[in-house]
Amino acid sequence: MELVCPAGSLPALKTAVDNGANAVYFGFRDSTNARQFAGLNFNDKRAAEGIEYAHQRGARVFCAINTYPQPDGWEQWKGAVDRAAGLGVDAIILADMGLLDYAAQKHPDIPRHLSVQGSATSYEALKFYKDNFDIRRAVLPRVLSLDQVRGVAKHSPVELEVFAFGSLCIMAEGRCYLSSYLTDESPNTRGACSPAKAVRWQETPQGLESRLNDVLIDRYGPGEPAGYPTLCKGRFEVEGSLYHAIEEPVSLNTLDLLPDLQGLGIRAVKIEGRQRSPAYIADVARTWRHALDDLESRPESFTVDPGWRNTLSGLSEGGLTTLGAYHRKWK
Amino acid sequence: MMKLSLGPILWFWSKQSVFDFYGKAAEWPVDTIYLGEAVCSRRRELKPDDWFALARDLKACGKEVVLSSQTLIESEADLRRLRRICEQNEFCVEANDQSAMQVAIGNGIPFVTGPSMNIYNVATLKVLAKRGLKGWNLPVELGRDTLAQLITGLKQEGLDLPAEVFAWGFLPLAWSSRCFTARHYNLPKDNCEFRCLQHPDGMELRSRESQELFRLNGISTLSGSRYDLMRELPEMERIGVSTVRLSPEHLGMDEVVRRFDQVRRGETPDTDPLQLVEAPPCNGYWYGKPGMDLVAKSGG
Repeated sequence: MELVCPAGSLPALKTAVDNGANAVYFGFRDSTNARQFAGLNFNDKRAAEGIEYAHQRGARVFCAINTYPQPDGWEQWKGAVDRAAGLGVDAIILADMGLLDYAAQKHPDIPRHLSVQGSATSYEALKFYKDNFDIRRAVLPRVLSLDQVRGVAKHSPVELEVFAFGSLCIMAEGRCYLSSYLTDESPNTRGACSPAKAVRWQETPQGLESRLNDVLIDRYGPGEPAGYPTLCKGRFEVEGSLYHAIEEPVSLNTLDLLPDLQGLGIRAVKIEGRQRSPAYIADVARTWRHALDDLESRPESFTVDPGWRNTLSGLSEGGLTTLGAYHRKWK
Repeated sequence: MMKLSLGPILWFWSKQSVFDFYGKAAEWPVDTIYLGEAVCSRRRELKPDDWFALARDLKACGKEVVLSSQTLIESEADLRRLRRICEQNEFCVEANDQSAMQVAIGNGIPFVTGPSMNIYNVATLKVLAKRGLKGWNLPVELGRDTLAQLITGLKQEGLDLPAEVFAWGFLPLAWSSRCFTARHYNLPKDNCEFRCLQHPDGMELRSRESQELFRLNGISTLSGSRYDLMRELPEMERIGVSTVRLSPEHLGMDEVVRRFDQVRRGETPDTDPLQLVEAPPCNGYWYGKPGMDLVAKSGG
């Protein structure tokens, strides 16, 4: 299985390659990709440098253009596809059907990967994208149990890539409008979820408050660790109970599932986190490289090294990890 | 004149409630009715044959009927139900994900797309029109400016694809593999005891300051405020919207339909529909603002 790592910046890209990534993915410095963060992502010059660095070391580079262009952004998004093609990327990760069609017509030789934002959760959906846009690979949304992944993989007409580690998106990606409901920006429209421009922190007599466009997302007691106010991970009241009604702030970690994923024929595991530091990327990439190498060399006796688990737990939200939807009992 | 449609019932109601609702809806001035379970695979009060029978009854009453597919398809069982609604030749299908489009295309069934399908530009509409798309819904997070550009673009391409807009009700905003209702009751999703039946308009999720943020409805999350574009109907007509979608609720729907019907006919509604119900109204998406905002018409 291939290890696909995030590259939010050139140093992160180099770090990922140096620590064993088989492929890295990046986006341009604008809203054409689903992780638009201030100070992150690439201009053409940095992208060219990163691609050269990766290619010299045998790693591939994918470009994510996975937001949904509206009519007034069409030329810009089309231009992003052309730029990626001109830079010589090894694949373009796309979600929008119009853009997939454009890429297939204009740059047929550059492989197209379906972004997780494309929301394909069944093999029929994958066939739709294969038949119409000849995609080579698809990234599965983080909403399927292992059994369901097995069902999709059995009939999939394309290579599959699944999320392995990082922040956990609880909703079917590409079809979540919670962020724009509160702030007017969403992953689909602006490549942002719970955007920083709408975040406000405030010390109050009741505790530290985090707000998103004035909506109280969470309030923390003294000494309680405070997380970024991602709106679905706040504490809310439902029928008089106060709790993380949608999702706790935890990270996805599928180390334990590696042999299963390999058995299903999954082609690649993806690490989330273009917003993370190079130091974080180094630790995560190195750990997963070890795990994948171990799996490769002794598939029958593969076990998760407690050291890997510790490293990854230390890098997780709230120090907690979950198998997420892969685990059938998850709710 | 713009058509009025009733979207699929997004909540979980008993079989009798569903039959009662459509028994009344048959008499309402709505042109199109979407039928079927669009949210949760465990909601099976009505079997496919029940839905088909209902569809034929409503068709006989002069309604245009469309069969809606489940939005989040996760399992082989989900695909089997999807194939059932695509193995008939009486009704158009509302595709709520790409699986549904694929199966409908494969069976040669005409299809339209629901508001959860990612249609953000004319290129996407062109691709789908070639595959048999007969009409489309604007994604809920988009507003009038994008809509106007899309409709203009379609005309320039010579494509006749009627546009529908979700205009009244709680906005369907997200779908998950987790069931938030079961989670609230500490029940496993697979053994949820069908608690959604106790919440015919979902469960309110409020901030710690009692702000109504969302409605939890099984695996789906809806807006906490009710989207209401009644005052924007004349603008929609000018832009070229073909159909205005009202999302079913179990109380007061006849009044909502009646008033939207009055407004589309150019009459002034005799009472304010907002008084019917307690949820705050919103219309922000239409104006390119956060969806939860309420923009005064004069400011739009």
